[in-house]
Amino acid sequence: MNNIIGYIIIGIGVLFNLFGCIGLLRMPDVYCRLQAATKCVTLGICFVLIGVVVIVGFNPLGVKALICMVFILVTSPTGAHALARGAHKSGVKLWKKSVCDKYKDKESK
Amino acid sequence: MKRFTLFFISYIIWILLVLPLDLQTLILGFFVALIVALLFGKEFVENYKRLWHIDRLFWFLVYIPVFTYYLILANLDVMYRVLHPDLPINPGIVKVKTKLKSRSGRSVLCNSITLTPGTLSVDIEGEYIYIHWLNVKSDDVDLASKGIVEKFEKYLMKVFG
Repeated sequence: MNNIIGYIIIGIGVLFNLFGCIGLLRMPDVYCRLQAATKCVTLGICFVLIGVVVIVGFNPLGVKALICMVFILVTSPTGAHALARGAHKSGVKLWKKSVCDKYKDKESK
Repeated sequence: MKRFTLFFISYIIWILLVLPLDLQTLILGFFVALIVALLFGKEFVENYKRLWHIDRLFWFLVYIPVFTYYLILANLDVMYRVLHPDLPINPGIVKVKTKLKSRSGRSVLCNSITLTPGTLSVDIEGEYIYIHWLNVKSDDVDLASKGIVEKFEKYLMKVFG
């Protein structure tokens, strides 16, 4: 029974990863792509790891999966933040239909 | 004391990572945690004593379900935008203001903002955070802060405030 639930959760996770990848292809510029990639892939990986915990139960392997989840939740947004900041500092333009860019105003001051 | 807190945390993480326990890994972990504490003790969070406050930990536990709710909402939101044929996005970088004072509180806030619907923190400067917003509703500092920051701030103020 646990196996079936676990595989369903892993399936949901893979589905979220798939949407993240589609977003990566469809979005127009670096920042929007980062948005899709960070959010969907983080939750997707979390679901996969929760599925692993459900299948193997609370033994050493399950605990390791939970710790990996915490690490991913901490590091993935930090990485996205660093990439976005680096992209903006090196002069990557926003999409042409973007509404406003307060960060550029600050840099040009 | 600061180093001891770091030692304690890294030792617990080591123990969780090397389960099942035996004497060798415990001794090795003791030395690894000791080296980590000696090398990085200075870089550890400034208000380390707050890690021992039970009420702050309680509010952090309250914060986790709130955060999970917004994380799932964020994914459904991105999913809708990605799969919609017209790609309904309206992006821009806005500036918001936070009331949080401590550095660790601000970084947790930034990470939460990145993982929640349509927002990605780009840079932080003092009490202002620059945020890339997928669907800009208002470029005014106060209105944007109300929409993005407030929902987390009231919990994080209790944890880090």
